[in-house]
Amino acid sequence: MSELQTEMRQEHQPLLEVTDLRTHFRTERGLVRAVDGVSLTLERGKCLGIVGESGSGKTVLSRSLMGLLPSSNTVTSGSVKFEGKEILGLPSKQMRRLWGREMSMVFQNPMTSLNPLMKIGQQIAEPLNLHLDMSRADARATAERLLRDVRIPEAARRLDQYPHELSGGMRQRAMIAIALACGPTLLFADEPTTALDVTVQAQILQLIGEQRRDRNMSVVLVTHDLGVVAGHTDEIAVMYGGKLVEKAPTSVLFAHMKMPYTMSLMRSIPKLEDPSHTRLATIPGRPPDLVHPPKGCRFAPRCAYARDKCITEEPPLRQAEDPNHSYACWYPVGSPEFNQREAELNSGAVPVTLEAR
Amino acid sequence: MSTETPTTTEVATPAPGDAATKKTLGIGFWICIGWLLVMVFIAVFATRLPIPDPKFNFIEPGQAGPSKGPSAAHWFGTDKDARDVFARTVYGSRVSLTVGFIAIAFGMFVGGTLGILAGFFRGWIDRIFSFMFLVLLSFPSLVLAIMLTALLDRKLFTISMILGVLAVAPVGRLARATTMQYADREFVIAARSLGAKNKRIIIRELLPNVAIPMSALALLGMAVAIVAEGGLAFLGLSVERSITWGGMIQLGSDSSKTLQNQPWIAFFPIGVLFLTVFALNFAGDRVRTYFDVKEISL
Repeated sequence: MSELQTEMRQEHQPLLEVTDLRTHFRTERGLVRAVDGVSLTLERGKCLGIVGESGSGKTVLSRSLMGLLPSSNTVTSGSVKFEGKEILGLPSKQMRRLWGREMSMVFQNPMTSLNPLMKIGQQIAEPLNLHLDMSRADARATAERLLRDVRIPEAARRLDQYPHELSGGMRQRAMIAIALACGPTLLFADEPTTALDVTVQAQILQLIGEQRRDRNMSVVLVTHDLGVVAGHTDEIAVMYGGKLVEKAPTSVLFAHMKMPYTMSLMRSIPKLEDPSHTRLATIPGRPPDLVHPPKGCRFAPRCAYARDKCITEEPPLRQAEDPNHSYACWYPVGSPEFNQREAELNSGAVPVTLEAR
Repeated sequence: MSTETPTTTEVATPAPGDAATKKTLGIGFWICIGWLLVMVFIAVFATRLPIPDPKFNFIEPGQAGPSKGPSAAHWFGTDKDARDVFARTVYGSRVSLTVGFIAIAFGMFVGGTLGILAGFFRGWIDRIFSFMFLVLLSFPSLVLAIMLTALLDRKLFTISMILGVLAVAPVGRLARATTMQYADREFVIAARSLGAKNKRIIIRELLPNVAIPMSALALLGMAVAIVAEGGLAFLGLSVERSITWGGMIQLGSDSSKTLQNQPWIAFFPIGVLFLTVFALNFAGDRVRTYFDVKEISL
């Protein structure tokens, strides 16, 4: 009975459970709060998109979840549970059991994430050799199969080629093949398509999606592009200044976004139906200084809808109508104050002023 | 390499070594390598070559002075003890090349290891090793070498090691800088994210990449070591009781009269030393530019 219960519990246990994760870097300027109290969960087989501008802490978040940050000047706190086990702060000796086999990562730039002096085949075969104790011949055969899985034509010939002999898209495919080699249950994709051209982007995202379904793998897709995550994720977390500012299932987020920041990100995507020479909407200002973050809402200095309360008091993460949707904003999209300001902005009564604190 | 028509929209970029854009090391490089190979050959097979005994005094009765200019019998002439300069130059290459090779091999091994460790682990390891390099570089190297040869013996191996120690710092600094440059590349983090241990990362990921600029420095460093050995020999501080280029130069230039009247005694060893060092420098330089260009197109 009790055994059954624990089994039941394990069934419902999320693959990844992050509670109040903080990653701070000690620097000469002071403590950089790159990730500041992030909580999220990820179920098996699901895809979570982490969206934010450059410097919002999304890469640091994914690297601290994986335990890949250098330990010397990094301070982490909170909890990261993988399959129910605490993994935050584990020494690399123990993390090595997870790396490659349980979780792996696809990096942003396929030009630098492959060893330029090692043949593609060798690079895929190495983890197989190391983790799964495969013989050389087996590893080579598996590597060829993996290359075919990621739709690389002439897989057998590619095994003996060097990275510089492949195009960017091909290299990213090879990188994905390497990350998938040992059958991880969790794949981090850190801006996997940013360095690629648009036509290849869609193919790579589709490939990651296919592999996720085939292998019942969970994926954390980190990107700055809301358009990228729209069609490929189950849930989206929007980060700003090291904090989670909005989190919702993908369809809910796009239908009812609450945070003006999310809305601005959305508006900054050029639309096909816009007439030509339409001025592209941008978010004025810069991401906040993470050594001395603003006192209130971190987005307030750049937010056209900010009021006094936003500058003095930090909004907590609260639940929207949908139970899975949460956001951190005092005057969310659709609130009376928001609508009032929107009307003022549209009528031109109030000039868009940027609070330069 | 065959270039087949790609089957998808993704076209493999042509390798930066195809057809018209092909980068070569150039004819000069191969001439230099050829010269160096000849040097190595004569050094290895000196005893088997049909040349006169380098220690034999070719004194003929009734001749005025023992030293004679180049002739059919003695291509580079004979020195003041009537010994064959050509044969001595050939034998001298043994010491020069051995010293150059051992010195730079030792420098590469020790300096390379320390440099890679410093660049990879950083922190206090880096601070200690970098300080060591700094101390070594701050010594006037010739003074250090003279001091050590005076204190220790003057066997071939000792001289090589002294010059090897002097090579540690520059090699180590290059290895450290190159390692740091590559350790931040994503493929190193990627290897770690796949569960590779530090040892594996250093040997499989970093070492091959660091070895490229190191190979260029090895050739240049060997040239420096050979010159340094020549300098020590000129001061009478190189390997005892053996023929060295530096020793021959010293013999041929002990007074201005010798240089004026029997210039061949010093000229030929100087010429061979110059050509060898030049070949090493030139080849090292070519290797460096060759791989630099490759790096950019990557």
